[in-house]
Amino acid sequence: MQAQIQELLAQATGRDAADFADVTMDLYADGMLDSMATVQFLLSLQDEFDIQVPVSEFDRDAWNTVEKIEARVKELQND
Amino acid sequence: MLTWMQDLPNFTAYGTPTYFIYLLVALLPLGIGLYFGKRFSWYEALVSFVFIFLMFDGQSYQQAFSLVAYIIYQTVIVISYFHYRQKQNASAIFYLAVFLSLLPIIIVKFSPAMVGHNSLLGFLGISYLTFRAAGTIIETRDGVVKDLNWWKFVRFMAFMPTITSGPIDRYRRFAKDYQQVPSREKYLDLVAKAVPYLFIGFVYEFVIDYFFGQLWYPFMVKQALLSAPHLSWWVVGVAYTYAGHLYFNFAGYSFFAVAISYLMGVQTPINFNKPFLAKNIKEFWNRWHMTLSFWFRDYIFMRFVFMATKKKWFKNRNVLSSVAYMLNMMVMGFWHGVTWYYILYGFMHGLALVVNDWWLRYKRKHFKIKSTKWTKFVAGFITFNFVVLSFLVFCGFLDKLWFVVPGHH
Repeated sequence: MQAQIQELLAQATGRDAADFADVTMDLYADGMLDSMATVQFLLSLQDEFDIQVPVSEFDRDAWNTVEKIEARVKELQND
Repeated sequence: MLTWMQDLPNFTAYGTPTYFIYLLVALLPLGIGLYFGKRFSWYEALVSFVFIFLMFDGQSYQQAFSLVAYIIYQTVIVISYFHYRQKQNASAIFYLAVFLSLLPIIIVKFSPAMVGHNSLLGFLGISYLTFRAAGTIIETRDGVVKDLNWWKFVRFMAFMPTITSGPIDRYRRFAKDYQQVPSREKYLDLVAKAVPYLFIGFVYEFVIDYFFGQLWYPFMVKQALLSAPHLSWWVVGVAYTYAGHLYFNFAGYSFFAVAISYLMGVQTPINFNKPFLAKNIKEFWNRWHMTLSFWFRDYIFMRFVFMATKKKWFKNRNVLSSVAYMLNMMVMGFWHGVTWYYILYGFMHGLALVVNDWWLRYKRKHFKIKSTKWTKFVAGFITFNFVVLSFLVFCGFLDKLWFVVPGHH
């Protein structure tokens, strides 16, 4: 699942998947992800994993690393 | 009607050092309670009521009635929508609820431009309460607000430390803090943070802003108006001293509001994080009046982008982000008030965000500039000066300089 998430992040930001190799890196700290890319990423997550992530659900502190995103996606899939 | 309220003393929130003595003494029992793991809700409500009353009595006592009516109005809308949303979820009803929630502020903001005087519906802090109510409706629609209790909602709307000027909290976050008592360790940690915040607030508000707000800014304005309607070098002085005044005044106030919230066991989010060190305009908005800009980001920018992407309104995502930036900042401009300078201020910031994004893309594609201390300094310098220029527009001085005939106000 991590590889898929990294690929979606790459698509949303126009970067390489390799830029997201560090799964504990804070995606917002250096402006890797901005609001625009976040929304694109959210929408692609919904399609890819068949989950519903309302924008209100998207608390930046809970979604700011690849590792945390993976955990949240698994939670939402089990809902 | 109740004119006796005119003669009562009025205390602006955090207006004088004496105010803090009264406030801290009044809050002491609450703090002792929290230390022993109890939240004295009724005492807290009473203290809050008294201090809010003192903010709105005196000469502006009509505002007290507008405030009470406004809170009842919003509570009815929010609670009704919440009950509706538990059963159904029609878009039309959602938009209706948002519209009704925004209606008072729309009337208040458009009244001066349309009918030439302030609306009676207005009161100090109406915009901040609107953000709280409208935000709650939007999160209710998203299904993330799972319980909504009218008393907690009223406490959230009328939370004394932040009622007149923010920071803008969110219902879910506030309710979570409010319904639990922090552990002793946690509470002591909050107190330990509140104390330096109060000191920073004092230095900003009562020392530094005394120079900017009371001495330098009025002096520059006076000098610059001597050569009205022509520009002079004094106008540059107006711009920089106003920027200093706005920052130290508002950041000082926000530190007070956060510190007092902490003492009451509520972790109101911070509002300023060294904004003038920002290296681009996007970063500036992540550091300046943060609870406002995050409100706009979460409830306007992101939702617009979400909808536009889903419905494929734009082919090119750079066009989409530009439109979203402009929309976001123009709404913010109008929210400040319907005057040419607020709207221009919004426009300038929207445009700056568009240009900034374009530059970041261009730079990444066409040359590899290494980020060094020097490039960061240049970037920070440009950002700071742009912001100061935008504040010159924002403060309305140019309106006085160019359009107000001397002797008329």
